[in-house]
Amino acid sequence: MANISIKNVKKSFGAVDVIKGVDLEIKQGEFMVFVGPSGCGKSTMLRLVAGLEDITSGTISFDGKVVNALSPSNRGIAMVFQSYALYPHMTVYDNMAFGLKLAKNAPDDIKTRVMKAADMLQITPYLQRLPKQLSGGQRQRVAIGRAIVRDPKVFLFDEPLSNLDAALRVATRLEIAKLHHSMGKTTMVYVTHDQVEAMTLADRICVLKDGIIEQVGTPLELYEKPKNLFVAGFIGSPKMNFLNSKFAEPYKATTIGVRSEHMEFVDKGGWAGKVIHAEKMGSDTYSFVDVGTEEPIIIREIGTSRHDVDAKVNIAPMKDTVHRFGADGISI
Amino acid sequence: MDNSTTLPQLAVETPSKNELFETRRRSAWIFLSPMIVTLLVVAAFPLARSIWFSFSDASLLHFKEAGFNGIKNYYFHKTIKMDSGAILDKTGGVLVDADWWNAVWNTFRFGAVSVALETILGMAVALMLNATFKGRGFVRAAILIPWAIPTVVSAKMWGWMLNDQLGIFNDILLKMHIISEKIAWTADASYSMFAIVMVDTWKTMPFMALLILAGLQQIPSDVYEAAEVDGIHPLKVFWKITLPLVRPALMVAVIFRMLDALRIFDLVYILTPNSSQTKTMAVISRENMFDNDKLGYGSAESTVLFLILLITVIVYMRFAKVNLEGGAQ
Amino acid sequence: MKRSLFWNVMFYIFVAFVVLESVFPFYYAIITSLKTGSQIFYITYLPVIPTSQAEFAHLFDNYYAVLFSGNGTFLRNIWNSIWVSTWTVAVALFLGTTAAYALARVRFAGRKLLLMTILAVSMFPQVAVLAGLFETVQSLGIYNTDWSLIFSYTIFTLPFTVWILTTFMRELPVELEEAAIVDGATPWQIISRVFLPLMWPALVTTGLLAFIAAWNEYLYALTFTASSNENRTVPVGIALLSGNSDHEIPWGPIMAASVIVTVPLIMLVLIFQRKIIAGLTAGSVKG
Repeated sequence: MANISIKNVKKSFGAVDVIKGVDLEIKQGEFMVFVGPSGCGKSTMLRLVAGLEDITSGTISFDGKVVNALSPSNRGIAMVFQSYALYPHMTVYDNMAFGLKLAKNAPDDIKTRVMKAADMLQITPYLQRLPKQLSGGQRQRVAIGRAIVRDPKVFLFDEPLSNLDAALRVATRLEIAKLHHSMGKTTMVYVTHDQVEAMTLADRICVLKDGIIEQVGTPLELYEKPKNLFVAGFIGSPKMNFLNSKFAEPYKATTIGVRSEHMEFVDKGGWAGKVIHAEKMGSDTYSFVDVGTEEPIIIREIGTSRHDVDAKVNIAPMKDTVHRFGADGISI
Repeated sequence: MDNSTTLPQLAVETPSKNELFETRRRSAWIFLSPMIVTLLVVAAFPLARSIWFSFSDASLLHFKEAGFNGIKNYYFHKTIKMDSGAILDKTGGVLVDADWWNAVWNTFRFGAVSVALETILGMAVALMLNATFKGRGFVRAAILIPWAIPTVVSAKMWGWMLNDQLGIFNDILLKMHIISEKIAWTADASYSMFAIVMVDTWKTMPFMALLILAGLQQIPSDVYEAAEVDGIHPLKVFWKITLPLVRPALMVAVIFRMLDALRIFDLVYILTPNSSQTKTMAVISRENMFDNDKLGYGSAESTVLFLILLITVIVYMRFAKVNLEGGAQ
Repeated sequence: MKRSLFWNVMFYIFVAFVVLESVFPFYYAIITSLKTGSQIFYITYLPVIPTSQAEFAHLFDNYYAVLFSGNGTFLRNIWNSIWVSTWTVAVALFLGTTAAYALARVRFAGRKLLLMTILAVSMFPQVAVLAGLFETVQSLGIYNTDWSLIFSYTIFTLPFTVWILTTFMRELPVELEEAAIVDGATPWQIISRVFLPLMWPALVTTGLLAFIAAWNEYLYALTFTASSNENRTVPVGIALLSGNSDHEIPWGPIMAASVIVTVPLIMLVLIFQRKIIAGLTAGSVKG
């Protein structure tokens, strides 16, 4: 139940600057996702908030109180790690109770809290088992349970779904979303490299690249109004189509971008090209059209496509869906 | 609400350091101090005292009253005027002591031969254990036996086998017509070093074999498979592929063995006592310290041994470019 | 690897030779220890099977002689060795574990130098500190007691204990420690409640190696215990086993003593051979 204030935070490891000056306000109860490519600094950012790394300069505050000097357990945070990090030699119950036992809470109090969290995550049947007797998904829930038990002000997730297979990932994503709803007052900060996770879970997304923030906004804001080429290309799957020079000139921009779901086949006009490849998903078809640009334009159709491979086609962006970018990559 | 990244010149407060790291650093030193103190008391201080004794005339019973002797234990040169008027030149000290240098020679002789033998045989055994065959586990267990037996016991066991009258070793050799009469392996000056080398090799080869085996097991098998596909002769595979890849582990094993060989005491003291052919630096040093009641002189010898070891390590490290943190260049 | 028949045969001959040469001396010691009286004077390659009731009764004569004659000095020696070795292990593990945590998991200035220094100490020739240790042991008043040995053995047990335990501790996952930090554990709590339970294989290995090293040690045991046999440890005890006259070496009892002392060691080593080998090679091969 805290808002987090990150002011001009920089972090260097020796001579390497990993975080180059980040300012961010995270509202209380908000689900904030840090997303970005490998090496962008998102995990480092999370660890700075957690207190597992020292802040080189700048401040991080919880509810107005600067926490730079506080150790993780004194900041009132809880963290779910990518590899779950469960204590292998302890039962699920002991894993969840460990922090409270160290803090010398009364055994009854500990029991109540553990049972409550176990109930919330439906892991009560496993309380006496060891981690190695659990599946990946169950272990992840125990890891979340361990964090819940701490009743933290801030809940931190470090790529918790990366180690799960695709089906489990979707199921656990739902669990985390439900968790957020049931723990409405707890601020959650979540790190992932998967923009789908970001889009589906976040209240707001913070896109990082090379240690600086590219854009912060709600998922829809990032989708509809990307501020620069990088964000535009990062959010949305498949990646936004980018066109330069002769294609962009009519729009008075250096580069234009159109999402594949905003492209359509037209009978005449638009851009002429040939279908070179089609991905038929059943629910949608993604056709790859070569119009003379470096990379083919991807266009999405619902259901099956009318156009086969090698067909000569005309494609054009739908009304008002073209994003325009200047020479500096910033949106116009 | 949107926040841009670079706010101009906001007052950057000097952040205080995260207490976590301070606590950990402090704990680290608290954890380390018992060990450091122990090593200081048990190793550093006694070493310093031993070196100090080497500059004194201490004796076993009176070491509290030891007086400073300068470098006399190492080298002295004095002229003595005799009553008859003749002048005697006397030099002495460890550095010109024939017995000492004999001991040095013995030690290096022993070290070179036994380390070479143990390495070569160890390599052979390691290669054998690296291959898959039935009973491999049993063989590996069997070779651990010489290593597990206390040195003293090995010395006694071999002393019995090498006994000139009742020893089985002589018996086998006689029966195989390799020798024509019984040899006193541990007593005869021409054979005693051979006996020492043989027993030490017997005892230590397993250790070398295991270290080398660990190095061999780190080599990915697809390297060998590729060589086999290319049809390279096994001997060439060994020289050009196996040997270079196992070299880091080999170098570490060799230096450990070499140092052990240079400081050897137990085996020599028990198997071939009082033999000038096998007396090593450690043996003669202790002999002077305790048997001859020349604590200062013996300490000088042990200090020179220490220096020799130090120099050997340094030379080896530079020469073999061994990185003890792991791996070699 | 495919081998031709010839090389296959050569290979197995080599294997047989290695096994034979490793095991034979111990085997021979055993059959010698079972000989009594004049049987010693006959060289045999196989054990002498007792052919009569009387002979069977004498089979273990040497063992009785070693264990129960002479005021049970040898038994006393064994007890001393057990006592000293056990305490040596306890000290080494306690000091070593805490030091290993600091060296493996905490970033601080001078860490590398410290590791190198510890390694250097293990290379000291024992005789180079003998005079100094002798003086220290005397002034501490522990000369001729077990404590002189427990004290001085740390000079060689500590370095490799710290080295091996540090290597093992480095392998433990960082996230596990971070989870404990987030849970509010102090470094000591991390060691005792999270790491130690996970490290017991390494502790067993190191403990075994330290035990064997202490059990085996001769130079300090010889020098720091006085001439009365009471306080001596086994290695010295065996070395000094003497017969009734100056020229009569009691080979029978000596072999019996050797077997008594060696069998438990060999059993320990065989049972824990994987761990021991892992411990010996850790740090020498690790990258």
